[in-house]
Amino acid sequence: MEAIIEFKDYSFKYRSQKETTIHDINLKIYPGEKILIAGPSGSGKSTLAHCINALIPCSYNGEVKGELKVAGQDPATSGVFGMSKKVGTVLQDSDGQFIGLTVAEDVAFALENDAVSQAEIFDKVDRAAELVDIKNLLKSSPAELSGGQKQRVSMAGVLVDDVEILLFDEPLANLDPATGKRTIALIDELMQKKNLTVIIIEHRLEDCLYRDLDRIILVNDGRIIADEKPDKLLAGDLLSKEGIREPLYISALKYAGAEITAEDKPQHIESMNILPYREKVKNWYENSEKNLPVNNNPYLLEVENLSFSYDTGSQDRKYVLEDINFRVRKGEILSIVGKNGAGKSTLSALICGFYKPLSGKILLNGEDLTDLSIKERGEKIGFVMQSPNQMISKPLIMDEVGLGLSCRGVPEDEIKERVEETLKICGLYPFRNWPVNALSFGQKKRVSIASILVMKPEILILDEPTAGQDYRHYTEIMEFLKKINEETGITIIMITHDMHLMLEYTDRAIVLADGRLITDDSPAAVLTDEAIADRAYLKKTSLYDLAKLCDIEDASDFVNSFIYYERKIRSNV
Amino acid sequence: MSKLISYEKKNTRIHELSGFTKLVFFILWCLTSALTYDTRILHIMVIIGACIYRLSGTSWKQVSTVFKAVMFFMLINLLCIFFFAPYQGCDIYKSRTDLADLFGNYSITAEQLFYEYNVMIKYFTVIPTIFIFLVTTDPSELAASMNGVGIPYTVSYAFSLALRYIPDLQGDFRKIRNAQEARGIEMSSKAGLMERIKRNASIISPLLFSSMDRIEVVSNAMELRGFGKKKKRSWYSKKKLAPADYAVIAFIIVFSAAVLIITYMDGSRFYNPFI
Repeated sequence: MEAIIEFKDYSFKYRSQKETTIHDINLKIYPGEKILIAGPSGSGKSTLAHCINALIPCSYNGEVKGELKVAGQDPATSGVFGMSKKVGTVLQDSDGQFIGLTVAEDVAFALENDAVSQAEIFDKVDRAAELVDIKNLLKSSPAELSGGQKQRVSMAGVLVDDVEILLFDEPLANLDPATGKRTIALIDELMQKKNLTVIIIEHRLEDCLYRDLDRIILVNDGRIIADEKPDKLLAGDLLSKEGIREPLYISALKYAGAEITAEDKPQHIESMNILPYREKVKNWYENSEKNLPVNNNPYLLEVENLSFSYDTGSQDRKYVLEDINFRVRKGEILSIVGKNGAGKSTLSALICGFYKPLSGKILLNGEDLTDLSIKERGEKIGFVMQSPNQMISKPLIMDEVGLGLSCRGVPEDEIKERVEETLKICGLYPFRNWPVNALSFGQKKRVSIASILVMKPEILILDEPTAGQDYRHYTEIMEFLKKINEETGITIIMITHDMHLMLEYTDRAIVLADGRLITDDSPAAVLTDEAIADRAYLKKTSLYDLAKLCDIEDASDFVNSFIYYERKIRSNV
Repeated sequence: MSKLISYEKKNTRIHELSGFTKLVFFILWCLTSALTYDTRILHIMVIIGACIYRLSGTSWKQVSTVFKAVMFFMLINLLCIFFFAPYQGCDIYKSRTDLADLFGNYSITAEQLFYEYNVMIKYFTVIPTIFIFLVTTDPSELAASMNGVGIPYTVSYAFSLALRYIPDLQGDFRKIRNAQEARGIEMSSKAGLMERIKRNASIISPLLFSSMDRIEVVSNAMELRGFGKKKKRSWYSKKKLAPADYAVIAFIIVFSAAVLIITYMDGSRFYNPFI
């Protein structure tokens, strides 16, 4: 069979950069294959994708060496538009790529640009919409859609052309776990129906493995490190070495001393051959320590009977949040989880005082916060937005971090002292005189956290602190937050839909669904409770399945052992 | 914060008209209003405008903010006319009827008042049509209609894209303002005016940077899907002209022509009650 995509000794160097970004790539992808390209940020995996859809070299200029054939064409000569007839690209940020005012228009966009007649557009849009099951949404506006629906619309938008290859750039990044799972299933379904070749770029390996993959291409430093069947790659230790998160059940098996082989088919926990390792896992569990620290500090934040609605007048109003009650102890790390639109962001906005509650109150150290202004609350409760670009307003790091203090009239030399102290905690001291622009995304994130920490708040609220970050940066940010929690005793609340985050770094999870608090429990308990996980659009952790397969009764406790073990490893590093 | 004037989906006869019809109507209507100073005709236009406004089901809430702003500028405009050209009316109507002496050589004349009254009702002929045009025309259909009257599609698309992102931008602005306020940058009226202007800058730059991120994503997405490659483009949301559209277009052409004939019949744009 002839390859549909073939790289031959291919290298690319961006014009603005000194070194080549990808070197000597030799890769063949055959029609009908489903390939995962994985690798840490900056490894060159996105560059590789851009070569396939011709953004390189047509939009991003640079130097190409070697040969590339995609569906019998050379992307450099076909151009972005020409390639878009063969390769459908679904971008990561489905919000950003929404162009039309309604779903139908967005799906029709490529056809409109091709000056296809209106009658034909109607017909093709209908068919593409049917394929991804969004026919009833055609007249809706993008703002009304959930994350998963938006992604279906993006897919329909590229499927209106009869593409042969579908290219997904981090399709799971902004989705809650349950929706992510459904997306992977949908991709599989589309492949069958339309005989497509699929390339997925993603670092959430475990989620991608929900359905069979043909091959995993591991990329780092612009080179292909491995090109293997998933079973073989999972059995080895290359993944963790290259900074890719292994599926949790694989990690657990390895901790228990199991030497997995490709013949065990470790691709799916359900069908994997666990038998040889059952005793090992059981043994490991029985001998494991799991005295997770218990927090007995006094309560810092108390939320009582909190309700909120946008329409304050009418009788039959729709509640965004209804009768929320919970308490947070000093020094705790807490996660607020739930699907998109469950009310997580509204809850944090109420705590910060951005909105006024309809009823109920919020107490900090036993004092009612109702009458404090946003600014006054800001001294006690710091809020860090999702993207640092939404917060940074000064060109220099020192000024940015000191902004909150200078607004409060703190004397110049005290500002300097406190800023330097904070920069040291945040590991930014060496960069203190740098312009903000020169920093990486992760460093900017730290700057935005530092600019809040400098005011010494008692609580830090972070909105999706790790969204769109790969495992290495995720670990870096989370370890940093853990460190400041340990060193300063600050209480941290995180809004997230990342299950790994809540499992590994938070002591407790508040689960919201449709504006109500449905559970307040340890993350291990939440993620081993099928009913709760379903309602909150979370996904049961694969550790639960592993525990069941090994006849371990208390899956939640097994998960706790695992977390404790992981934390210990990490603090030893 | 109240929402700026933007498209709202409703089911009225005005909404049903094609964007092309509304655009043609809007252009001819404004042109007519700008050219004529015939008070009788202006009165008729105000009445027609009010009827269309009723028909379009536009709620006061949608437009009140902008309406107030326009009123403010109208007031300034009228005052300026008076202070810079207090006897413009007398020149136009070739007579002078003093009503009251003010200061210096400023005095109020009946002609000046009548002239400024004309300017004022011109505002009132145009305002409702602008509102109706903006709140009843789907931005993407607007792009299709602009392209229909000969404006290049890249320009019309950019225009409608800008309209479409206004609500998003407002949302971002609010979020960023809240976060900055929590950091201690006082936005409320407690701070002085200069201080507030300076502090608003601390929202603008993050807003700009996060918008830039978005622009890059959107323009890549558009290019990947072939925007701008061909000279022509078709439109999903283009409406075929219905009989009602032809009727409206015919009406506005006849109306404008009639108005201009009546206006210029006696050789002057002005209706003169003083002779």
